[in-house]
Formats: sequence, C-alpha cells, structure tokens
Amino acid sequence: MPGTRIGEKALTCLLYLSALIIIGILLAIVGYIVYKGLAMINLDFIMQAPRRAGKEGGISSTIVGTLYLTVLSLAIAAPLGVGTAIHLEEYAQKESYFAYLVTLTAETLAAIPSIIYGLFGFVFFVIYLKLGWSIWSGSLTLAIMVWPTITRTAQEAILSVPREYRENSLALGASKWQTIRKIVIPAAIPGIVTGMILALGRAIGETAAVLLTAGTSLGMPLSPADPARSMSVHLYMLAMEGLSMERAFGTAFLIIILLLFINYLANRSMSLLSHNGG
Amino acid sequence: MNGIIEGKITAVKQHNNREEKSQILQAKAGRWERILVILRKSKARFIPEILVERLLMLSAVVSIMALLLISVFIFSRGVPLIASVGLGDFLFSLEWKPIQGKFGIGAMFVGSLLLTSASLAWAVPLGLLTAIFMAEIAPPPVGRIMTRMVSLLAGIPSVVYGFFGLVIIVPLIRNYLGGTGMSVLAGAIILGIMILPTIINISRDAIQAVPLVYKESSLALGASHYQTIGRLILPAASSGIITAVVLAMGRAIGETMAVVMVTGNAAIIPDSLLAPLRTMTSNIVLEMGYAAGDHQAALFATGAILFIFILLLNLLLNFIRRAGKRYAGN
Repeated sequence: MPGTRIGEKALTCLLYLSALIIIGILLAIVGYIVYKGLAMINLDFIMQAPRRAGKEGGISSTIVGTLYLTVLSLAIAAPLGVGTAIHLEEYAQKESYFAYLVTLTAETLAAIPSIIYGLFGFVFFVIYLKLGWSIWSGSLTLAIMVWPTITRTAQEAILSVPREYRENSLALGASKWQTIRKIVIPAAIPGIVTGMILALGRAIGETAAVLLTAGTSLGMPLSPADPARSMSVHLYMLAMEGLSMERAFGTAFLIIILLLFINYLANRSMSLLSHNGG
Repeated sequence: MNGIIEGKITAVKQHNNREEKSQILQAKAGRWERILVILRKSKARFIPEILVERLLMLSAVVSIMALLLISVFIFSRGVPLIASVGLGDFLFSLEWKPIQGKFGIGAMFVGSLLLTSASLAWAVPLGLLTAIFMAEIAPPPVGRIMTRMVSLLAGIPSVVYGFFGLVIIVPLIRNYLGGTGMSVLAGAIILGIMILPTIINISRDAIQAVPLVYKESSLALGASHYQTIGRLILPAASSGIITAVVLAMGRAIGETMAVVMVTGNAAIIPDSLLAPLRTMTSNIVLEMGYAAGDHQAALFATGAILFIFILLLNLLLNFIRRAGKRYAGN
C-alpha cells in the first residue's frame, strides 16, 4: 500500500517529475523557436513586403494585416462584451431567465471550436453579407470569438468592486448610470483591461477562423474591405507548403514574442486590480 | 466625491434654469404644448437612464443572436446534405470521394475520436499529477511560478504548436520510429501538450477548493498527507477534475491547425500509431479553399456534426456541475 515510506518517496518524486516535464515542454518550445527565429529577425524582415509567395522578402503586409484584424475585432467586441458584463452584474435580475440565457450563450460561444467560427464567418460575412474575404469579415468573426473572454473577465472585475462604493455613491444622490460610469467602471478598469489583453492574444494567434474569412492575400491591406493574411496564417502557409522554413521560424518568433509581451501586460494589469480592489 | 457634489450642484442649477425657461414657454404655449412640456420635464431625468439600460441589454441580445445565427447558418448548409446521404452513411461510410459525389466521413469521425483519446490518455495523468503538485506539494513561490508557466503554455497559439510539431516531433518520430513521422503519435503528443493547461488549471482550482477543515481533520486522525490526498481530497474534487477532462476533450476534438500540420491527413482509419490520420476539423480546413456545391455542403455537414458534439459535451458539463453541487450539498 502507498502508505509505506518508500511508496511516499516515490510518489513525491513522481509529482516533482511531472512538474519538471511541464516546465521542460514550455522551455523547449519557446527556447527552440526563439533560438531558431532570432537569426532571421532584422529590419528588412519586418519592413519588407513578401516576394514570391513568401519565399523571399519580409512579412510587412502580414504584420499590418494582423494589426488591422486584432484592433478592429477588439474595437467591435470590447463595447459589446463590457456592456453585456455591466448588464448582467448591475441591471439583470440574478435569477432571471434572460441572465441565465446570456450566461449559457457565453459558455457555449467559448466552447465552439475556431474552425466552426471560420465556417460561420465564411458563409455569413463573406457570402451572405457579401463582405468577401476581407478584414471586415475576419474582424467580425474574431469579435464573436473573443466576446466571451471579455465578458467573463469584465464580469469578475465588476463583481469584485465592493458594494459599499455603490451604496455611498447612490446615497449621495448619483443615479445608477452615474454610479456605474464614475465609480464602478473606474474601480474595475484593470480587470476589464486584462480581459481585453487576453482577447488580443487570442485574436493574434487565431488561424483557422482568419484563414476562412480574411483570405490569404499577400498584398498590403489598405482599407478594411481588403483581404489580408495574418502572421499566424502566413506561418501556416509557409510551413505547410514548405516555402521557406527560415521565414516560418522568423514569423513564429515574432508571434511568440508578441504573446509573451501580452502575457506580461495581462499579469501587470491583473496585479493592479488586486492592489486597489482590497 | 467632491466632483460628484459639484456635479450635483450644477445639475440643480441647470434644473432651475430649465424651469424658468419652461415657465416662459408655458405662458406662451397653448394647451397641447403645455402638456408636452410637462411630459418632457417629468421624464427628462429618466430617459437617459432607461436608454443606457436598454443599450446594455442590447449588447447581451446581440450575443444571443450571434449564437443563433451561427447555429442556423451551419445547420442550414449542412443538414440538407446529411439528409440526402443519410445520417448513418454520412457518419460511418469510409468513402470520401467528393469528386464522385461520395461523402462518408467515417474515417475522419474515427480519426477525431482516436486522436482525442490518445492525447487524453497521457495528458490527463500528467496534468492531474502536476495539479496535485501545484496545489499540495509545491512551496508557494514555486506554485506561483508554475501558474505563470502554465498560463504561458495556454497562450501559445495552435499554429505555433503545429509548427513546433512539424519541425521537432515529426522528424524525431521519422528518425527513431520509422514511417514519415506525420502520424497519430505526433498528433497525440502535440494535442496533449495543448490541452495540458486546461487540465492543470481546472483540476488545481478544484483541489484548492476542498475545505481546509477536511484536510486538517484527516491529518489529525493520523492519516499521512498522501493518504489524505488519495482518499479525501481527490474524491472531494472529483467533479472539478471530471469537468477539466471534459473541457480538455472539447478542446482536443475541435483543434484544427496543430493537428493539420502534424498528422499527415490521409483520409483512412490508421492501423498503427505511426500511420497518418485525418480529423473532421482537418477535413474542413484542408478542402474549404476549393470546395463548391455539394462538396462544400459536405464540409459544412462535417462542421455540423462537430458542433453537435461540442453542444453535447457542454450539456454533459452542466450535468456534472449540477451533480457536483448536489454532492457538495450532502
């Protein structure tokens, strides 16, 4: 039985070993891509347009495409997500059918795989609404994808604002919306921002949905009606079609660095929340 | 607070101003205008509040509409084809020959299930052990560092995992185990890594949520730490751990990019771990670019089957959560 001394020692070893494996996996992935990708990074790689389907040149148009897609999708999803969170936490009756329905929707949307979002975006935005393969189609699809992330984090942030803040404000004669706008949202802003940063990370890394809605054009996107290729789609195409492994490593490196930075920002804004929340 | 009081004072001043103006208006206006002015005055304070409330509610409604639209568009494209082929034939026929009009996703259906089980088979034990380590064994600073690392692992996009698998795992398998390397094994390794964060985070939370009193009582009765973990903490956290596994299953079955890049994508049922396979998700992303007509409808039908799978898993999750609550209540 595991109660014996040797058994317990072995178990402790096993637990330490599993933790080491997890750390090893992370370091192996990040380390290898940084090691191989760093050699590729220079100003030309970032600033030059891709040539010969990405075999030569840089990746400038895919960086612009990624920026366009993520910023636009966040601009669409943030008001909706934060609005939903405020509605659920401040206005809706907790036990009401509507609140239950919205929560269920958020859970379901969060569980739907990205390829289904891609199919939907393709048939609805690209074909039905005639937006074509464009930044609009891609951003709208991404916006629905990241909406649950923003809502859930904003909900938690609003929930963590002490009740007394609201009561004091209402007692001073402020209306409900004034209280929300001037007291609740400022106190919850670090959590709300964290949700947006997490959403940004998801949008940058998303590939399947973007591939089916924004297209794979390598041209420099000028307006949101243009098709675009994001960095992650570019990485997929380069690696799958064996066009240029060095450039694939460079692209993967930039994506990883961006996401590490985003992770750092999210941690920072989260710690702001725990400082002023208590 | 000062700002609010000042705001209040200006609001009162404005209100007085408005009253003067409206008195002048009233004197001038006829009967209907007077009624209108009274109406406007009585509602002036409430209209913006109600407007805001409605707008916020609208944003929640938009999300429900989005989910409805997704369901309607995926099913309306896919279901007619399933109906014409027949559900049994569509799901279980092994013949996927879109050009000849033969749409059977049997091989992909089995492929998805096989790959998901293979990745769960190693990721669940490893993830659970790590969760126990983080919640029960690790000193707090080590636990915090591990939490950061797991959240980093969760943040790496699937296409990067796929790329890593393509340049590291696939060549390793090719060189040491044979075959092309593009295989079930490569897919299971990469997919397992991808679902580890889900398993670790959720089961760690469940373990940490077990009341401290349970643990202290057990230790006070003379049980060792490991006996307490095995006989008390894990059973008490079981509904959370099952939730973690079901969520991980959902992620694994829906994962696309990483799987496409490392599994070889041959539409046949694999006969060994080193043989290639194709999942339902791969099928969609590989052929969507050029499919048209019935072929495209068949890809939407594949998506519809996947969607139903995810919805069923979600139902199961709700059921587990409710059962867990009842268990905790007793």
